[in-house]
Amino acid sequence: MTEPTVRERPLSPHLQIYRPMLTMVMSITNRITGGALYFGMALFVLWLAAAASGPNAFATVQAVYGSWLGLLILIGFTWALMLHTLAGIRHLIWDMGLGLDLKSIEWGAVAVLTGSIVLTLALWLYVLLRGAPT
Amino acid sequence: MTSFRTPLGRVVGLGSAKSGVHHWWMERVTALLAVPLVVFLIGFILATAGGGHQAVVTAIRHPVVAVLLIAAIITIVRHMQLGMQVILEDYVHGKVTLLAGLIANNLFCIVVAVAGVAAVIVTCFGA
Repeated sequence: MTEPTVRERPLSPHLQIYRPMLTMVMSITNRITGGALYFGMALFVLWLAAAASGPNAFATVQAVYGSWLGLLILIGFTWALMLHTLAGIRHLIWDMGLGLDLKSIEWGAVAVLTGSIVLTLALWLYVLLRGAPT
Repeated sequence: MTSFRTPLGRVVGLGSAKSGVHHWWMERVTALLAVPLVVFLIGFILATAGGGHQAVVTAIRHPVVAVLLIAAIITIVRHMQLGMQVILEDYVHGKVTLLAGLIANNLFCIVVAVAGVAAVIVTCFGA
């Protein structure tokens, strides 16, 4: 009885094969920001819980969130939220069967990225120029 | 055209249970609802963050704000749970680790949702 010859099966090409393109990077970023926001939501709930606990707990959380590291995380959180929201709206538009041609897809990727940066800058400039965040 | 029906499906002759797209659909529904709720959350934070503890508590005690906060927490956490499940199913291949991950995902989401809703209610009715 002959043994069947074992040969290398072809694998479908994965990420490292392709030249990175903006549309692909935006798709990956949408998932990564979703994962980051998953944990960011816990920070928001912690802030709400601190407010419910009383002025002392709230002051502690505000001090931690207002530190340079806290602000850095909050600015990152804001950007992730803006990007994931805009990218999500883009997905909802696709789900209606609209904007699926190459030109719209390329344009949408640029729009989501630019929009997320502009909105993040606008929100934080407003907060920081208005006065002390605590 | 090739039929996509399974042999069992052809024999039994029944249609789908209509639940195949449930996960996908709920992810879209929660996403759609989350858009205006995120806008509300940003407005809420911008309006209160500068005013200290008293401003935050006063804002949350307004019934409309409290209801919208709870709606936002529930909608967003459901979206989180659905999204993280897809991420886990895509990247975690071990049967046991995947199961553990899915359970951890549900636990995390339940804790975040309950803590968030409880915080709003305690702020509304607490001393």
